[in-house]
Amino acid sequence: MKPWLWLGFAAVLFALGGCAKPAPPYDYTAFTRSKPRSILVLPPLNSSPEVKAGHGVLAQVAFPLAESGYYVFPVAVVEETFVNNGLTQADDIHAVSLEKLYDIFRADAVLYLHVREYGTRYQVVVSDTRVTLDGRLVDLRSGEQLWNGTATASSTEQHGTNQGGLAGLLAQALVEQIVHSVADTTYDIAGMADNRLLHAGQPHGLLYGPRSPLYGTDSGQAK
Amino acid sequence: MPAFARRIVVVLAAVLLVGCGPEPRPLYTWGDYQPTVYQYYQNEQGGLEEQIAALEKILEQARADNRPVPPGLHAHLGLLFARGGDGVAARGHFLEEKALYPEAGPYMDFLLRSKEAAR
Repeated sequence: MKPWLWLGFAAVLFALGGCAKPAPPYDYTAFTRSKPRSILVLPPLNSSPEVKAGHGVLAQVAFPLAESGYYVFPVAVVEETFVNNGLTQADDIHAVSLEKLYDIFRADAVLYLHVREYGTRYQVVVSDTRVTLDGRLVDLRSGEQLWNGTATASSTEQHGTNQGGLAGLLAQALVEQIVHSVADTTYDIAGMADNRLLHAGQPHGLLYGPRSPLYGTDSGQAK
Repeated sequence: MPAFARRIVVVLAAVLLVGCGPEPRPLYTWGDYQPTVYQYYQNEQGGLEEQIAALEKILEQARADNRPVPPGLHAHLGLLFARGGDGVAARGHFLEEKALYPEAGPYMDFLLRSKEAAR
C-alpha cells in the first residue's frame, strides 16, 4: 500500500478514537450555582522530596486557568502578601480561614493544590520524570467545594495517550510552546500536569469561566 | 502525495479540529510570563531588571498583537518594581491591573495601601 494511504488511515483512526468519549457525569451543581469569576491559588502543599516542587507547579497555573476564562490572582504577589504577614509555609497558608482570605483578596474561589510527586526516578531502561498533583476548588463565601481533581504527567508517556482527549492535547501543545524556555525537564512536566488538572473542557475538569468565549457551553453547565 | 489524498488529509484534519473543540488560539499574549515568574522564585536576590525587561517585552508584544496581557502580569510587574524600590512604577502597574481586571480591584487597593507600594 502507498504510504500516503496509511497516513489517511491513521488520520481516520485518530479522528475516531481521539474525541468524544463519553465520560461518566460529574456533579457540577455547586459549581454552576457559584459561577466563580476569579480564582486565588495558594502555594501548594508538597509531599515530594523536591523543594522546588511547589513553585514549579505554582508558576504555571495561570495559563490553564486564565485561558479557561478566569481571573487568576498573581501567585508570587499573593505569596508575598502571606510572607509579609508572617506566613511562609504552605500548610500555614492552607490553614488561613476563608473569611480572612476573602477579606484581603475578594476572590470568588480558592484553589488548594497538593503536589504528590515531582521529580525523576532513574530506572534501568528509561528514567521517568513525573509530576502528580491534586486540586480542590472552594467557594470563598459559602465554603462549599465546587470541584476537585487529580492529574499526572510523565516524560515516559506518548502524547497520544493524553488523558484530556483532544482538547487537552491541543492545550498541551500550547503549554509546550510556552514553557520551552526554561531548561528544566521537571518544570516542563509540571506545566503539563497543571494544564491537565486545570484547563477547562476536559472530562471531570473545571468548567469554562466568564472570560472564555466557551463560557456556558460546557456539558455540565446548568441553564 | 497525490493532490486528492492531500485534500482528504486536510479535510480530516479540519473535521478533527472543528468536531472536538475550538482551535487553540490563546486569549492572552503570554510570552515568557510564566518562566519569568518561576525565575523570580528561583532567583529572588537578583535578576530583577532582567525580569522587568522580560515582562515589558510582553507588554509590547501584546500591543502589537492587539491581544490583552494575562491576568496578574501587571501586578507581578508591580511587585518587581516595588522590590527594586520604585514605588511610583509599582503603583502604576497595580492600577493598570485593576483597570484591566476589575476582579483584582480590592486586592490591588490593599497593595496600594501597603508599605511597599508607598515607598
